Amino acid sequence: MATRAEVAVTACSDLFRGAGAILASPTGIVAGIGARLARLTHAPDLLLSDGEATLYADTPAIDEPFREPEAPLPYRALFELIARGRRHVVMGAAQIDRFGNQNLSAIGDRDHPRRQLLGARAASTNTLNHRTSYWIARHAPRTFVERVDVVTGIGTDRAAALGRAGRFHDLHRIVTNLAVLDLSGPEGTMAIVSTHPGVSVDEVQAATGFELWVPPTVPTTREPDDDEVSIIRDLLDPRGLREREVPQP
Amino acid sequence: MNDPQIELDDVADLIHDGMTIGIGGWGSRRKPLSLVRAVVRSGAQDLTIVSFGGPDVGILSATGQATTVIHGFVSLDSVAIDPHFAARREAGTISSIEWDEAMLVAGLRAAARRLPFEVVRSGVGSDAVERDPSLRTIASPYGDGEELLAVPAVPLDLALIHLDRADETGNVQLLGPDLFFDDLFVDAAQTAIVSVEEIVPRGKLATTEALSSIVLTRASVDHLVLAPGGAGFTAHPPYAERDEALQSHYVDAARDPQAWAAFATQFLTVSDEQYRASVTAFARNVAGAQ
Repeated sequence: MATRAEVAVTACSDLFRGAGAILASPTGIVAGIGARLARLTHAPDLLLSDGEATLYADTPAIDEPFREPEAPLPYRALFELIARGRRHVVMGAAQIDRFGNQNLSAIGDRDHPRRQLLGARAASTNTLNHRTSYWIARHAPRTFVERVDVVTGIGTDRAAALGRAGRFHDLHRIVTNLAVLDLSGPEGTMAIVSTHPGVSVDEVQAATGFELWVPPTVPTTREPDDDEVSIIRDLLDPRGLREREVPQP
Repeated sequence: MNDPQIELDDVADLIHDGMTIGIGGWGSRRKPLSLVRAVVRSGAQDLTIVSFGGPDVGILSATGQATTVIHGFVSLDSVAIDPHFAARREAGTISSIEWDEAMLVAGLRAAARRLPFEVVRSGVGSDAVERDPSLRTIASPYGDGEELLAVPAVPLDLALIHLDRADETGNVQLLGPDLFFDDLFVDAAQTAIVSVEEIVPRGKLATTEALSSIVLTRASVDHLVLAPGGAGFTAHPPYAERDEALQSHYVDAARDPQAWAAFATQFLTVSDEQYRASVTAFARNVAGAQ
């Protein structure tokens, strides 16, 4: 029986189904293991970096350093790769709204925040140029909010308003500790794709600060197969960091 | 031939009130902290700092010298958010112009090329643009109907950079994995000050390394400063990993004004010699505590 964290890892791996030779840029432990699992199973052509300036050919455990450099990827080259769209980023979010607008910047008033967060980073560039997903380790109303305080990564409503400048916007999915979501609801709003084993639609809705679109039948997120379970447990996360990011309920 | 070399202790004389200063590096990686110390010692006020921000922004926020920061983030990498900058933001005592990283690159590149703006897709639809009425979009003149962002040039009075090796005339070499956008800071600036780990005679940079590792020529570098360890506690491969203990000490100094004053007295408002003595003493204490 797979743990909740392992189901989330598999859902993150599945984000990269059909990806060819593009850069996978995951944020967080579970999404990081997911991208590595994808490369070791269904998406062997994925590029992975150390998050700094180098692409690597090996796929080590999440808490071990890469060892086999494949090519350099300094920030200058990364920004060109993003502009070309050859990437799928999995970002985090302090807040995300029903259209998938993300806030990484600040809580409260933008000019006089209650809490300063990371900043704009390249979130808008990412969302305007290539496929973007989100990994939210704790699905809660304080994160899934009616309105984000600052928009960094842009959602479906703002992308639609841009016309042609929004033509590469591709907000794919949001994976959480409870469910997989996407933006397939009416007018590009957030919808439930599947709930993780043992999680009800009501639980997901209760953990969300706005109303989710619920399709007539909601499937259960698939569990990892035997192969995936052993890759996760033996190769990619033998020390169980995933279980700290997503504790077993 | 022109000699660009100056002493670290002379840098403070080049820093003046009201300057716009671009600082190279990225987050807590290869930040020119020896040159930032010179800014602190100069006492210059009302500075606009342009940076892919790390402790450079944090230090000049804590000293109150930075009144405006143009940035995409201010992070210490292993500590996600610089607490000194965050404290100023939350107190409302610093002006923050927060752009998408790619906007900042475009603004610097426009300035380096002496253009009024550079066109990008980045930023449109996000609050960096939607809530800044000074930013303008531009319609594609080719009839495709795309509305893009015209990022205004970000010209700098001064660029502060720490790099690896230089020859005595001001050609500068990178041995680590990433130049970041240091060349854009240099070329966007009226005056570029580059500190390095080592200075060698002209023609000696490429005796063991590829010629392509020389990333700045003397046409761009105004002042060259010998400052071994000039990245301070930030990561500077291949010379040094980030000094996490000293960075933690810097983070802890945000807890109250007394802690900051103690940190500044040891590590900022001192001569280079005193600074090195403080770092050595700190490392000895850390080793002794383990």
